[in-house]
Amino acid sequence: MAAITNQARAAGTIRIRDYKPGEVVRKIIVNGLLIFLSILFLFPLFWMITTALKTNPQTLQWPPLWLPNPPMWSNFKDAFSNPNLPFGTFIGNTLLIEAGVLSGRLISCTLVAYGFARLRAPGKNFLFALLLATLMLPRAAILIPEYILFNKLGWVNTFLPLIVPSWFGEAYAIFLMRQFFMTIPRELEEAAVIDGATTLRIIWTVIVPLSTPVLAVIAILTFKDTWNDFLTPLLYLNDKNHYTVAVGLAYFNGQNNVQTNLLMAASLTLMMPIVILFIFAQKAFVEGISLTGLKG
Amino acid sequence: MRRFERRAFMARVTTANNLPKRKEHRGFSPAARREAAIFYLTVSPWVLGFLLFTIIPMAISLYLSFTQWAFVKAPVWIGLDNFVYMFTKDPDFYQSLKVTLLFTVTSVPLQIIVALLLAVLLNEATRAVGFFRTAFYIPSIVASVASAVLWTWIFNPRFGPINGLLRSIGMYGPNWFSDPKYALPALVIMSAWGVGGQMLIFLAGLKGIPRSLYEAAEVDGANRIRRFVSITLPMLSPTIFFNLIMAMIGAFQTFDSAYVISTAHAGQIGQPQNSTLFYLLHLYQEGFSNFNMGYASALAWVLFIIILTVTLIINRSSKSWVFYSGEGD
Repeated sequence: MAAITNQARAAGTIRIRDYKPGEVVRKIIVNGLLIFLSILFLFPLFWMITTALKTNPQTLQWPPLWLPNPPMWSNFKDAFSNPNLPFGTFIGNTLLIEAGVLSGRLISCTLVAYGFARLRAPGKNFLFALLLATLMLPRAAILIPEYILFNKLGWVNTFLPLIVPSWFGEAYAIFLMRQFFMTIPRELEEAAVIDGATTLRIIWTVIVPLSTPVLAVIAILTFKDTWNDFLTPLLYLNDKNHYTVAVGLAYFNGQNNVQTNLLMAASLTLMMPIVILFIFAQKAFVEGISLTGLKG
Repeated sequence: MRRFERRAFMARVTTANNLPKRKEHRGFSPAARREAAIFYLTVSPWVLGFLLFTIIPMAISLYLSFTQWAFVKAPVWIGLDNFVYMFTKDPDFYQSLKVTLLFTVTSVPLQIIVALLLAVLLNEATRAVGFFRTAFYIPSIVASVASAVLWTWIFNPRFGPINGLLRSIGMYGPNWFSDPKYALPALVIMSAWGVGGQMLIFLAGLKGIPRSLYEAAEVDGANRIRRFVSITLPMLSPTIFFNLIMAMIGAFQTFDSAYVISTAHAGQIGQPQNSTLFYLLHLYQEGFSNFNMGYASALAWVLFIIILTVTLIINRSSKSWVFYSGEGD
């Protein structure tokens, strides 16, 4: 569609319209609103960053100090070196959980999605409908019983309750992968079948190499969700040495007499990895989210 | 090039349903049986997980909702007592329900309107589209804990920028999160900041509306507002429906922001005066602070039924306002 518009624009058909007075007014309104709203949306982040770089008295000043000079980079060191709040350990814990969740989700969802995309069996449509229905299941409904289960297994205060469920597939990722796998030409697999390759081998040598875009989308969104998750680690990790970054920050925030500049430095620590990931993998984020809205 | 790749990717994923189906081979040939066996093997992780982490836990919690259980001794069957207590005696139940419903009916429409406005503007934009999209989207990927901590500071009555701005034009801002009247409205305002995901979904929906419709309407002399009401809104109604359901389910389960904000600086969950005691906070307190696992299970089931009912009502109403054009996705 955009290509057609571009052609039309190049051919000059639309340019004539651009000079209509109504069109100019519309452009001013649209761009004015966009600029105003983008400032509004970015301001809280700007406020977070400047606060993180102020001295404590500077945070209480009005009119505010917009650009602290010199920036207090040492705030990050101070926020990190609090022996009561080992943020280094929190980051390590979160990354460990990420490793377990990412590998589990990618492996299990690839397998399940392949089955739904390629193989025929009685009951398949029913199972697929069930899978889609779980997308709407409120998590709150299984919070308590899941806790009871993991408590029985003695897994409370370990990373297992956060990692193990991801090895059993996840509806949204399975759906997205299945849609992608269905577009891979079957002929590519048939050669492998004739050679007597097993299903696992076909998935690994034919499907996976052709599916890197969808695997990247799922890996990135999974990384984000796991990094940002608060409720699950809050329920299962009681020992401070097991906290994730999100739980550690909430704990820090719950202390009395916290210095706001250090709190903002810690918040930035939680926020930045995902923002940096977004900047490098914007395409994957946008695709993954945009596709959420498509009906199966 | 990038743009092209994205379109190719989207096209592949969205056209998956329209591909010609392979001929079904009927009967139970050994090959068909083998294929079915492999199918069940490949989907077994999900089926197992569904049983283990969804169906069985939900069944157990249904049983527990009729018991009294504090983790130590075996659960004691008490019939409907949990539900009777919930509806007749528990003051926090009605308070949490009120807070959650108030938040849902205010924040969901606000989120939909803001997300739609941003998407429409982005769709009209000709310059720096990538920058604007990033600006609107980034807040939605900020961890909920970080954004709650940040907004506590932004709404700080004495040193925050909002009240600072109000002061400089001679007004006195409220105490926001420490005032029972303003804590919930502040959370609603905050919720509009994180609509980036919904905005992207709307944007994808807008891009899918055939331009020919607008051209035909323009020929017929329909003005911009008319075109928005008669073309954009109906064509976008499936997307609005989807975002509405998802935002509603999310709003009913609000937890992170309310927990972090009310417990800031050694505060109590749900404070001030239980004005931010969301349903899930109440459930969390009963289950994980008081260890009333039986009662918490009953609360969870009531929430599940509420969400299910509201979803069904919206779904039912959708027949009258959601417009599906004949041609697939």
